[in-house]
Amino acid sequence: MAEIEIKGVAKRFGAFTALHQIDLTITNQEFMVLLGASGCGKTTLLRIIAGLETPSEGEVWIGGRRVDHLPPRQRGIAMVFQNYAVFPHLTVYENIAFGLRMQKKPQSEVDHRVKRTAELMHIEQLLQRYSGQLSGGQRQRVAVARALAMEPDVILMDEPLSNLDALLRLEMRAELKGVLAHSKTTAIYVTHDQVEAMSLADRIAVMHQGRIVQAASPVEVYRNPAARFVGSFIGNPPMNFLPATKSGEERFIVAGSMLKGPKASGDIEFAIRPEDMDIGPGGIPATVRVVEPLGAHTLITTDVEGKIFRVVLDSNAEAKTGDMLSLVPRADRIRWFDPQSTSAIQ
Amino acid sequence: MRSTKALPYFLLAPATVFLVVFFLYPFVLVAIDAFTKGGAVTLDNFRTMTSNWKFSETFRNTMLLAAVVVPIQLAMALSMATIVSKLSTGRSAILYIFAIPLGLSDLAAGLIWLAIFEQSGFLNSWLVSLGLIDKPIMFLGYQNKWVIFIAVVLAEVWRATAIMMVILVAGMGLIPKEYYEAAEVFGASPWKRFVKVTLPLLRPSLQTALILRVILAFEVFAVVAALAGTQFPVLMGETYHWQFALQDRGVAAAFAMLILVISIAFTLLLLYLLRVPKEARL
Repeated sequence: MAEIEIKGVAKRFGAFTALHQIDLTITNQEFMVLLGASGCGKTTLLRIIAGLETPSEGEVWIGGRRVDHLPPRQRGIAMVFQNYAVFPHLTVYENIAFGLRMQKKPQSEVDHRVKRTAELMHIEQLLQRYSGQLSGGQRQRVAVARALAMEPDVILMDEPLSNLDALLRLEMRAELKGVLAHSKTTAIYVTHDQVEAMSLADRIAVMHQGRIVQAASPVEVYRNPAARFVGSFIGNPPMNFLPATKSGEERFIVAGSMLKGPKASGDIEFAIRPEDMDIGPGGIPATVRVVEPLGAHTLITTDVEGKIFRVVLDSNAEAKTGDMLSLVPRADRIRWFDPQSTSAIQ
Repeated sequence: MRSTKALPYFLLAPATVFLVVFFLYPFVLVAIDAFTKGGAVTLDNFRTMTSNWKFSETFRNTMLLAAVVVPIQLAMALSMATIVSKLSTGRSAILYIFAIPLGLSDLAAGLIWLAIFEQSGFLNSWLVSLGLIDKPIMFLGYQNKWVIFIAVVLAEVWRATAIMMVILVAGMGLIPKEYYEAAEVFGASPWKRFVKVTLPLLRPSLQTALILRVILAFEVFAVVAALAGTQFPVLMGETYHWQFALQDRGVAAAFAMLILVISIAFTLLLLYLLRVPKEARL
């Protein structure tokens, strides 16, 4: 049972502000992913929760207890490090047992827990090996097993899959999700990989320049970005943006077409995901630049009023470089942003 | 292809030749001196060495000195290195200050401590001026063998702890920070982190530092000569004494051989005790 509350946490390194006043609540047993580009402050936030970094201001609460003044070992957490940090001088068995030994658990319990978590992570045949004799993927499993063996209230993961090759990453991702769902711990997972974030998270906190821009479910973050940044960061290819000129009450002109929009006092920005458009009459005129057949779909990069505009169409759609397309956005998928504040307009 | 393979050996050749000519060759000559007398192979020199009335005391003194000095230095070097490694500013300044005694010859170091402990030395003049004693005490006299011993230990610790510390600071710098963070998260107190992470991962550096110090401890000479004269005989002092005062190269060579054997024995012991299996390396 552990809910995590972050209240007004800020972190400054000299003149540089890494985190501005972060407020975030992670409910018990939730899988929260902190997603952002490198340097956005996501790892700093995780390290503050872990106790490896002290916040310049603000409070951290875990399970109803204020912990920001406590050392990591008194916070009831376990952590999986980016470079695994599997101790080279200890066997896999002793690595997994490390935390339990520090808690002076009786040998029978240590043995039981080590064997059980090793089995869970499919490394029971490696228990007597040293880290130097393991592959990256195996080390990763040891690092996760070491954290799980603690049966912690909270498990923190700092880009745990980023050093694995693509195939292994896919495999571990699914496995991690299964194992953590089963273990009923609250999890915070830092990554810059949006696919990882979407597939693992109950909720994603999108971070940008030391702030949480949006914290919501993966589908919500994808469908209803709270800010222009979220739309441009999430999704591959990302959202398309075009200027929308006000031409009447709830009426806007986007690349020559009149669209119904929200109430706004001036010009705003139109946004649409590449897969949310169809070819049809009276749409946005787009000149085809590049056609990339991807099997299931075809990605077409076009030019709309001198701006790059991507559209994902069914793979039997026929288009070639130089063609003019008329792209009709699906009305329920159009999003609008305020060009000044960059936040979404409902 | 062949030329690139030969290149490293070619580049090492001058140093190798130098060592063979100026080290290995004289060493063989000394060994011959030790094991021969008047051209005949014999153990007479070793018999003379061991049957001398001073020999057992000399041997005991050298061992005792090493046994006291090296652990003190190890403990001090480890704690100093730990502190220095944690500094974010002023680290090199402190390293330089700690390393000052390394720049002195061991004779100069001995003389500095002699200037402190001597009858007309600093210690006596301070004690007199503070009114703690009426007249200077003769600390380093033959009646106070243990004071001599302590003075030698102090001088040795002062002089040669920094070399161990420098090696250990370098070794600690090689241990990735993530291991400490992992240990911290998984419940290790600062002391446990030192014992469970630093010490095991520092084994290669500890090995180097200890071998260097132990060998130097068996070769201790000038500091003892300056502070104790003949009051506290050690193996190296006796080597010098037989070579120059008693003009017996054979026995002096036998002493040199003995020191060599002890040094090699302890080196092998340390190599064995602090070995790191290949798969458990950093």
